Amino acid sequence: MKNPPDAAAVVAHALSHARKLGAAAADAMLVESDGVEARVRDREIDFVSQARERTLGIRAFVGDAKGLRTALTSTSDLALAAVTRMAEETVALARATAADPAAGLPEGGFASDLPDLELFDPADRALEVEARIESARCAEAAARALDPRITNSEGSQVSSHFHRVVYGSSAGFLGEYESASHALFCEPIARENGAMQRDYWMTLHRRIGGLEDPAAVGRQAAARALRRLGARRVSTCEVPVIFDPLTARSLLSHLFACVSGYAVYRETSFLAGRIDEAIASEHVTVVDDGRRPGGLGSRPFDGEGQPTRRNLVVERGRLRGYLLDTYSGRKLGLASTGNASRGAASGPSVGPTNLSLEPGTQSLSEIVATTPRGLLVTELIGQGFNPVTGDYSRGAAGLWIEGGEITHPVEEVTIAGNFGEMLRALDKVGSDLLWLGSIASPSVRIAGMTVAGS
Amino acid sequence: MNDTLTAVPASFFCDRFGLDDGCLTATLGTALERRVDHADLFFEYTTEDSVALEEGMVKTGDRRLSQGVGVRVQAGERQGYAHSDEITVESLQVAANTARAISEGPGPGHAVAVHSALAPARNLYPVTRPPTDVPVDQKVALLGEIDAYARSLDPRVKQVMASVVAQHRLVLIAASDGTFAGDVRPLVRLNVQVIAANAAGSRRESAYQGMGGRFELERVLDPKAWRPLVAETVRLACLNLDAISCPAGTMDVVLGPGWPGILLHEAVGHGLEGDFNRKKTSTFADRIGQRVAAPGVTVVDDGTIPTRRGSLNFDDEGTPTQRTVLIEDGILRGYLQDRLNARLMGMAATGNGRRESYAHLPMPRMTNTFMLAGTDPPEDIVRSVQRGLYAVSFSGGQVDITSGKFVFSANEAYLIEDGQIGRPVKGATLIGNGPDALLRVSRVGNNLELDRGVGTCGKDGQSVPVGVGMPTIRLDALTVGGTEA
Repeated sequence: MKNPPDAAAVVAHALSHARKLGAAAADAMLVESDGVEARVRDREIDFVSQARERTLGIRAFVGDAKGLRTALTSTSDLALAAVTRMAEETVALARATAADPAAGLPEGGFASDLPDLELFDPADRALEVEARIESARCAEAAARALDPRITNSEGSQVSSHFHRVVYGSSAGFLGEYESASHALFCEPIARENGAMQRDYWMTLHRRIGGLEDPAAVGRQAAARALRRLGARRVSTCEVPVIFDPLTARSLLSHLFACVSGYAVYRETSFLAGRIDEAIASEHVTVVDDGRRPGGLGSRPFDGEGQPTRRNLVVERGRLRGYLLDTYSGRKLGLASTGNASRGAASGPSVGPTNLSLEPGTQSLSEIVATTPRGLLVTELIGQGFNPVTGDYSRGAAGLWIEGGEITHPVEEVTIAGNFGEMLRALDKVGSDLLWLGSIASPSVRIAGMTVAGS
Repeated sequence: MNDTLTAVPASFFCDRFGLDDGCLTATLGTALERRVDHADLFFEYTTEDSVALEEGMVKTGDRRLSQGVGVRVQAGERQGYAHSDEITVESLQVAANTARAISEGPGPGHAVAVHSALAPARNLYPVTRPPTDVPVDQKVALLGEIDAYARSLDPRVKQVMASVVAQHRLVLIAASDGTFAGDVRPLVRLNVQVIAANAAGSRRESAYQGMGGRFELERVLDPKAWRPLVAETVRLACLNLDAISCPAGTMDVVLGPGWPGILLHEAVGHGLEGDFNRKKTSTFADRIGQRVAAPGVTVVDDGTIPTRRGSLNFDDEGTPTQRTVLIEDGILRGYLQDRLNARLMGMAATGNGRRESYAHLPMPRMTNTFMLAGTDPPEDIVRSVQRGLYAVSFSGGQVDITSGKFVFSANEAYLIEDGQIGRPVKGATLIGNGPDALLRVSRVGNNLELDRGVGTCGKDGQSVPVGVGMPTIRLDALTVGGTEA
């Protein structure tokens, strides 16, 4: 396949074949990606990896009085004969599934304007792999130069990925957009008295020029590893717990899992059926904005061709809306919120675009200063969150606070509570909103959680 | 070539993509024009399908085809990698040129002859019919029966979600040292999730159970296999309706057999992977020969157990899998190695070089990791604890291999009071320190069990199927994270 067929032509071919075989409706998504990743440890290259991929996904709906039957297939073999075969398989597979009254394409409301969301800078296409590797070397060197106790590292990794998404459906929508993501990630190791601690820092951007200075990333990563040296457990207690922006993001991920339309209609979320109730403290306002310029979760249209938009999820503690695609919306009698998320190889589900907690006015150090005794969490491990009940219990590491001051690093403890109660006990929101992905948060403080240790 | 294991994938890739020995050796030759230590090609063709049920309906069927090739070059500690979803002679040459760019100097440019690897005289997972060839109607029928059965068991069952996932993967590996190994890898998984609510509707709980392995799909279609699994899921969801909050603090913990072996995976397994030890970023670096566990504790990684989810005939670098003793009677004996780290550390590859797909570089990874049985009857172990926690099942875990701290979350646990199993508790998280967790093992049961075949291990963004296992054990003074201070 020296001259691969044009992406839009492949999508059109898949759709027309599915229809010809009896599909009542169909959609197809073609994702083309290419990219490079490299890792450096100290001065030495660890690996360099280059990739190119194209994947086509075909979804077909077969009609029935009781509803539509659905199936999805995907392939990386884009020869037209292979696409024809896949379309046949999709329709045959759909006939084996159950008729579902809520299944099907959106009835309308497709994106008509596709604004430039600054997702891609064509100039970055002329990528100098050597220059990217040099920035990893620079981060690595800055981390090691910061302190003699930085003796080792898991390396500094750079990546640049370019994507092109083409999506079309038998409802008449055809759209495409290009995006890029560039990253630098540094993970040094500090050593003292025979004990080792690692930590990381990173920068992510849609443009290479928007990335943070590599040396600053290296120094920040090293400082984070150094401050963990000498960490110890604390006695089991109930104290205020502060999450830094990196760890506070996970709280928003949990919130997302509970406001996703699928969890709501399945009643696997403790927030199901609670629209307009006060579910959090008045400090909590959460917005999902699909069109934030340059946002790492921004896209002009969602995985079903619906326009992305700004959705208010929580307003001053009140639950204002769920995040929905067409299917979960129909199950709840609501319209899609433009949050259909899909890759070529999977059907739509609900995903966040740029989900964030609105920042407050205090800096993290001011929040620490107003905490007589507590834990500042800088790392969380484990999966101890249950969206059905809100039960929350995770492994944590961080810094201990006494009298409004950081006294020593902490490790090997767990923090536990109920997520619903944690949201209501959220009493401080920092000004330090940090975007390192599609979910972002400033620092937050929960008035009381159980810290388990020695 | 007398190796029937390799013959099938070899002829598949040759026929389908027009590749032959000449083109494989030419590609490796391109890589070897530079000064390199090793070069290899990894071809993959994977079919995966899944059928999922919820609300009593099979709402969708999926089928995914994924094909591609990865070309890798190693020079010293450096690795160059290029992969493409086009498997053609031209794309192989482009990839080889890209991958070799990590090596600066010209090499001897010697010719390569690929030949069959030291073929293990067994196929660990022969199937007469690939699981992806089972007609979708049979899978749809199975899910319908599971839904009806789960709902018939207890009126508190409100929602049933179930899915069957089948995978058929063909791989072929050709390397500059002459390795030529192919494998046909079936993988099957049945997932069941149940949501239960109490009569008042004031409390809801969910439970998940699954089973799977490298075998024919017919095995999970058998009611004797899936009925106990469904009953177990319903029992767990309903049990959790009565669970109380877990206490927090330090206590003695008894872990049940089987899936709690995830403790070994997190507490020691990752820390014994060769890459972390070569780079000395693991808390276990340079500790071979030292005591890292209590006497009586022996931990192995065994990729050769027939039909297990974590088993492989060859790893993803063409090295036959083996049984590797990691800890013997409490003493650290070995690491898990891929070829790169084995070469750089002057050790032997252990058949643990694994990758998620052709789009990923191999790394040292676990296969099936478990503790051998001891002599204590499990009831005696529970009886030996005054006040503590009995944890039977876990939902997942994670480790920081540098500090050694690990955590895992129980989804079925009970209080132990005066040697008796008491009330169920929810939300228990166990946290510990890898190098000393196994020193706290004070009793080892005589009841080794392996998990049901659902483990997936994540490392550096790559997921691979793994297995774990353990007899009942007692750990003294572990930190339990709960809400009741």
